[in-house]
Amino acid sequence: MVDSLDIVVIGGGNAALCAAMTAAEQGARVMVLEAAPKPYRGGNSRHTRNFRCMHHGPLGPLVDSYTEEEYLADLLKVTDGKTDKTLARLAIRGSEACLPWMEARGVRFQPSLSGTLSLARTNAFFLGGGKSLVNAYYRTAERLGVAVRYEAPVTHLELDGERIVRVDFTQDGQTHRVEPKAVVVASGGFQADIDWLARAWGPAARNFLIRGTPYNRGTVLADLLDQGVERVGDPTQCHAVAIDGRAPKFDGGIVTRLDCVPFSIVVNKNGERFYDEGEDVWPKRYAIWGRLIAAQPDQVGYVIIDAKSLELFMPSVFPPIEAGTIEALAGKLDLPPAKLRATVDRFNAACGDTSAFHPTELDGVATTGLTPPKTNWARPITEPPFYGYSLRTGVTFTYLGLKVDELAQCSVGNRPVGNLWAAGETMAGSILGQGYLAGFGMTIGTVFGRIAGKEAADHANRTDR
Amino acid sequence: MQTELIAEARRQAEICNACRYCEGYCSVFPALHRERTLLDADITHLANLCHNCRGCYYACQYTAPHEFDLNVPRALAEVRHESWKTHAWPTGFAHLFDRAGGAVAVGLVVGFAALFSLMQAIKPETGAGFYAYMSHGLMVAIFTPAFVLPLAALGLSVRRYWQATGGGALHLADLWEAAQSAGRMKNLSGGHGDGCNFEDEDRFSQARRYFHQATLYGFLMCFASTTSGTILHYGFGMEAPYPLFSLPKLFGVPGGLLLCVGTLGLAWLKTKADPNLGAPSIWSGEMAFILLLFAVSATGLILYAATGTSAVPLLLAVHLGTVLTFFLLTPYSKMAHGFYRMAALTMEAARTRRHRI
Repeated sequence: MVDSLDIVVIGGGNAALCAAMTAAEQGARVMVLEAAPKPYRGGNSRHTRNFRCMHHGPLGPLVDSYTEEEYLADLLKVTDGKTDKTLARLAIRGSEACLPWMEARGVRFQPSLSGTLSLARTNAFFLGGGKSLVNAYYRTAERLGVAVRYEAPVTHLELDGERIVRVDFTQDGQTHRVEPKAVVVASGGFQADIDWLARAWGPAARNFLIRGTPYNRGTVLADLLDQGVERVGDPTQCHAVAIDGRAPKFDGGIVTRLDCVPFSIVVNKNGERFYDEGEDVWPKRYAIWGRLIAAQPDQVGYVIIDAKSLELFMPSVFPPIEAGTIEALAGKLDLPPAKLRATVDRFNAACGDTSAFHPTELDGVATTGLTPPKTNWARPITEPPFYGYSLRTGVTFTYLGLKVDELAQCSVGNRPVGNLWAAGETMAGSILGQGYLAGFGMTIGTVFGRIAGKEAADHANRTDR
Repeated sequence: MQTELIAEARRQAEICNACRYCEGYCSVFPALHRERTLLDADITHLANLCHNCRGCYYACQYTAPHEFDLNVPRALAEVRHESWKTHAWPTGFAHLFDRAGGAVAVGLVVGFAALFSLMQAIKPETGAGFYAYMSHGLMVAIFTPAFVLPLAALGLSVRRYWQATGGGALHLADLWEAAQSAGRMKNLSGGHGDGCNFEDEDRFSQARRYFHQATLYGFLMCFASTTSGTILHYGFGMEAPYPLFSLPKLFGVPGGLLLCVGTLGLAWLKTKADPNLGAPSIWSGEMAFILLLFAVSATGLILYAATGTSAVPLLLAVHLGTVLTFFLLTPYSKMAHGFYRMAALTMEAARTRRHRI
């Protein structure tokens, strides 16, 4: 096998499989090295649910149209302009052709899920979610003759001048060395390496939860950066959101999200409010709350709501803590009862006319004379039973990555590494400087996975001659 | 109803309700997402709505070794099985659900022995075809109660189920919608039409859907064959044996063949599928029932093929023995699933209709 190998793809998620299938379809002999065991294959793609797609007119499950300019404008809004426009346009333009390509390789789409109607025009939802996409791709890849190795983490890529000459990986306790003609790195960010996260962010990061796979430890990324391969993205930054504090340390995924902040007050462990909970609708605010919670003592927050708000948001996977009085709720949440009582009383006293309350729109129902204020959905917390959830910072991905060009190729100094390409989260920092746009990660992974696979196969086929 | 099975299914369903990725696979998930709190009756309804297509298991990001340990097809299969036992009438027979393999074996031996000895003891003096070995009157005397009484028991059981899951007045439109769903086995289509996951992990295939429909339609044709025979006998004085170009044979022979193919196919698929995505404790009982249904159809066809030979009396006793066992066990075996499934599909049509209003 080792002698007859053209391309090694490092990673086993969406970008890796798109690269592997594309290369195998061009006749290359491909091996996928996936660090995770089979049940956990697919990296963070397992937890995804949709793909943001440009389209002119209805396409598959998508209605109306979504133009390149509108897509780019949406992206620039969330990244605050920190976007490589050339690569972003490449990803956006490429997305339209991806949808039928994905269907041809077994991905099935469904209408926008209940509770996500706002995405029906822009995002194509995978039937069954990201794991079903991953399953379909593994089936297709294996049919194309791609060799897949699970529990096979790559430990080192040997860079000799401007070429990768060797890939080292371990499997079954043994070290293996292969010398492929080309390498595609698609092994994600480093967010599951808590030590690295703590070095980058500070010790507070030890209290963060990782929303996705525990296998994105950044081993290959660190190895390549150490050898001088060009980097991109702020090494101290990660995309973090506020999630249910009872979520598992890793792999909690979608079900740990909590949408009730706009209808609540949020206090820290001292029972004090610290930010305007009603600043904007939750889809536009959940990401900043990850950082707000990270800045509080012990990196924890507590959402307090009353009975009238319980059914205004999607149910969470964990039931809320419930009590008949604010003091009893404080006891159950381990908050200082008198302090919480005072905070709630002060908030309630600052609430005014609530007749304009509207849960899905900025309703202007605000507090007066309160610091920090609550500028929308401010209704007094008075109706028992009272409910509480803890909130913690949940890390989705890191921005530090490999810098790539329009052909997904990596470089060292100002020269390309002749046989090294990167796709997916590990190079997403080349496009996204900060922020995130729902479904764009899968777009980057699919478009650049296909580019990387094609380029790597072209290189391998050229080397044959 | 065993509360821990319901509790486990509820724990899993609440995780599903916070995720919703599987919404497009089948009727279970839209039904689940409709409710914010799931009562015991809702869980029982979901369990009987589930066709065990397994799409949601293979797509799930939270299956073991993940600590959430989701296995929705299994949790619902266990509640489903338990719900049949809970509603079985008379209650004393409910335990047969847990001993289907043994019940089938005992039924076959006793059924065969009883019919064979009756044939020896009360041999008719006249009669053509198999009526030469057992008189029409005796057959009617045995099989009319053996058919009607279990059906009545099942009817009472399903009525109890319907009331327990909150069913009100029956609307014909809901029943029609349920019949269309069952007729096309819509819930084994996977939502995308590629079929379900069963015999080869996450690969989608139509095999189970097709074999199930061969079984269903084969069974219905055999039933039509018997019914048309009864009508010819009593309505037109035309007695068996019937020629090949007669309604009983035109329904019965292709129906029997379909039933043979369908049941063998289902049995084969069952050996390939992961038993842990169903209720493992009843795997063998379900298998015994599928094979019993195969035996009913196969012995019927063999009996027809052996017309005029000396093997007829023995084959007749064997065939009637399988039929008798099948009839008597219908309310307390896998066969009951069809009735509960129709009730659940009808209920779901009603709930959807009410939800829309």
